[in-house]
Amino acid sequence: MTVSEIAKICNLEVLNMAEPEKGISGVFCCDLLSIVMGKAFAGCAWVTVMGNINSIAVAALADMACIILADGAAIDEVALTKAREQMITVLKSKNSIFETALAVHQAL
Amino acid sequence: MSNSLHLSYKVSGDDFTRAGEASSDLKAKLKQMGVSPEIIRKVAIAMYEGEINMVIHANGGTIDVEINPQEIIMILTDTGPGIEDVERAMTEGYSTASENILSLGFGAGMGLPNMKKYSDDMDIKTEVGIGTTVTMKIYL
Repeated sequence: MTVSEIAKICNLEVLNMAEPEKGISGVFCCDLLSIVMGKAFAGCAWVTVMGNINSIAVAALADMACIILADGAAIDEVALTKAREQMITVLKSKNSIFETALAVHQAL
Repeated sequence: MSNSLHLSYKVSGDDFTRAGEASSDLKAKLKQMGVSPEIIRKVAIAMYEGEINMVIHANGGTIDVEINPQEIIMILTDTGPGIEDVERAMTEGYSTASENILSLGFGAGMGLPNMKKYSDDMDIKTEVGIGTTVTMKIYL
């Protein structure tokens, strides 16, 4: 399942689409960046409410497929610019972290 | 020494908008060199944690990287406050980070444990009031 397919199926708002054909290997949820760094796996869809520039750095360094901001969490312009530079796809959902992650997991 | 490549990075203190730049640059260079994605991921994660530690605790520092046919060596040097109790700092979940740091998503007390987890060899030399040098090696 690719990030663009997930965006459509799960009705996610696209804030930045970097590589539409990038495959998703699974779902990872956490907001503490060091735990994310230690445990997230390559190719995951990362569901979080943490929409700052450091989230983008973490997603890029850990080779994630995309970030999905849950609960309608905001992302600032600096972070979004960084996402474009670093080729990180950023999607957004109004639903909670659990509901968002479950929907993505079921769609995979 | 013709068989090794040396890189040097300066990490600014207290600047979270730039934290990760050194790790990103090294990651890109390793990719160009054809290093395997698994190794690159280990290097990127270990070095990013080190970079963040320098930004949070030590007002920045320097990172020297050596890449040779056998291994990637990262030496992170700062002149920060030093680590009072290394064993405790190595414990998962132990953190001395402020509220401000926590609000950025850092400070989970996983920095040093993650650095150890993702490097094949790690050595910490620290002196309170003088600074800290962390040497991490990842074998190729």
